[in-house]
Amino acid sequence: MLKDITLGQYYPVKSFVHDLDPRIKIVLTIAFIVAVFLGGSLLGAIPITLFILLAARAANLPVKLLLKGIKPLRLILVFTFLLNLFFTAGDTVLLAVWKVRVTLEGLQTACRFSLRLVFLVTGASILTLTTQPVVLTDGMERLMRPLARIGFPAHELAMMMSIALRFIPTLLEEADKIMKAQMARGADFESGNLLQRAKAMVPLLVPLFVSAFRRAGDLAMAMEARCYHGGQGRTRLRVLKITRKDYIACAAVAALIAVTAVIG
Amino acid sequence: MEDFILEAKNVSYAYEEGEGMALRDVSLAFRRGELTAVLGHNGSGKSTLAKLLNGLYVPTAGTVAVCGMDTALDEHTWEIRQAAGMVFQNPDNQLVASIVRDDVAFGLENIGVPSDEMPGRVEAALRDVGMLDFIDRAPHTLSGGQKQRIAIAGILAMRPKALILDEATAMLDPKGRQEVFSVVERLNREQGITVVWITHFMEEAARCRRVVVMDQGRCVMDGTPGEVFTQSEKLRAMRLDVPPMVALGDLLRARGLKISREAMDVETMAGEVLQCR
Repeated sequence: MLKDITLGQYYPVKSFVHDLDPRIKIVLTIAFIVAVFLGGSLLGAIPITLFILLAARAANLPVKLLLKGIKPLRLILVFTFLLNLFFTAGDTVLLAVWKVRVTLEGLQTACRFSLRLVFLVTGASILTLTTQPVVLTDGMERLMRPLARIGFPAHELAMMMSIALRFIPTLLEEADKIMKAQMARGADFESGNLLQRAKAMVPLLVPLFVSAFRRAGDLAMAMEARCYHGGQGRTRLRVLKITRKDYIACAAVAALIAVTAVIG
Repeated sequence: MEDFILEAKNVSYAYEEGEGMALRDVSLAFRRGELTAVLGHNGSGKSTLAKLLNGLYVPTAGTVAVCGMDTALDEHTWEIRQAAGMVFQNPDNQLVASIVRDDVAFGLENIGVPSDEMPGRVEAALRDVGMLDFIDRAPHTLSGGQKQRIAIAGILAMRPKALILDEATAMLDPKGRQEVFSVVERLNREQGITVVWITHFMEEAARCRRVVVMDQGRCVMDGTPGEVFTQSEKLRAMRLDVPPMVALGDLLRARGLKISREAMDVETMAGEVLQCR
């Protein structure tokens, strides 16, 4: 069961966005977030929505997939909407029931903030849906490389991330195995109150941690045996190259920022 | 001297000062192109020997040389580890990347191979272990035997002189064991890579050309499988089994049949038994 989990949520198709340089994609995602915050009014949401649809099209992603990404957010969305709706001060009262007043300003802010959340999540998921985690960490490492000169551990962070990605499925599988082994010995993970359930996790977590440390030791030894000695003098398998496609994508995002800045 | 790829001279090793010796005065040399099995019970020092042979450990006394380079000298460390590649026991704990292609390239990245040379070497190494079709897969979707073959490819891409496998089949099922051994045997035959095959499976040792037996940190036997396995009493005294066919041969001889002591695999044994009629 756990063997089938996909890492991140990479959607393996060929597309314009899939082909973009990961560094450019990361920078453009950040630029997109800036655009989302620039677009303050409800009118500003129109170009952003259009841009997302265009990007989804260029990435060969079904819109359904993007909407699915919002689903786990629905509680926060409803909460944000209601909070802003009822607690924004304003003069134009639309509805007043007892002490609760809904104003036009409240409605506007509520829509704006909820939309902003949706935009942020969809924008970020376009990045993770079109970029393999390995490529993403590669891109991050290279973006952070200038910071390495002032002592920022760019290579180490990227290496940690890629090792974590590699071992998440392995550890999940192991957790599953330990859980079953403990259940076979009569452990109960499902009943009782919160505290009891948390306590029941101890016999799962202790062996899992012990094994994770053993794995870390083994891995360090194997990495050393394969000549790993930090980021110095290291070459990379993937050569990142900025192509015409990257310039087109940059232009598109620049246009979006300009439009939202003007509309406000 | 020239054609010794790995050479240990009077090597002793203690994990911690004052503790018991894991290896005591071991002298062993592995020639270019040799396929050697190292046998031994748990705690016999065979894993320690493996880690000494590529400079992961430095001997407490004595010297280890890889292609003539002393492992005690820091300046050779990376050359030594490239020349003597090592495959470990646990298939899960030695793959670094979440895609096979990136994992095989890991060693190449570390030794600074130019980027344009890498894809060719990665593909060639994967072809040699018969895993080229899996180049874009994630390691956790592969079987144990397949993972070990990926680990071997990762070493192979670095073009080593020697391959040290530290119980590489111990955690595999019989099919995976067979897969991995066949790949290593073929690499030894076709590419002349020196192989040190550390194991406690007798069937595998019987298929190597040379067998070294370790016990309590010492090298106690060294010879062809024929020379080593015919001393079944000595092996049993060290809590080691003999290969199944050797055991069968012993039983048949005890019943008065004339079976050659050289019969160590099923085919030869079948021939011998047929001759007895």
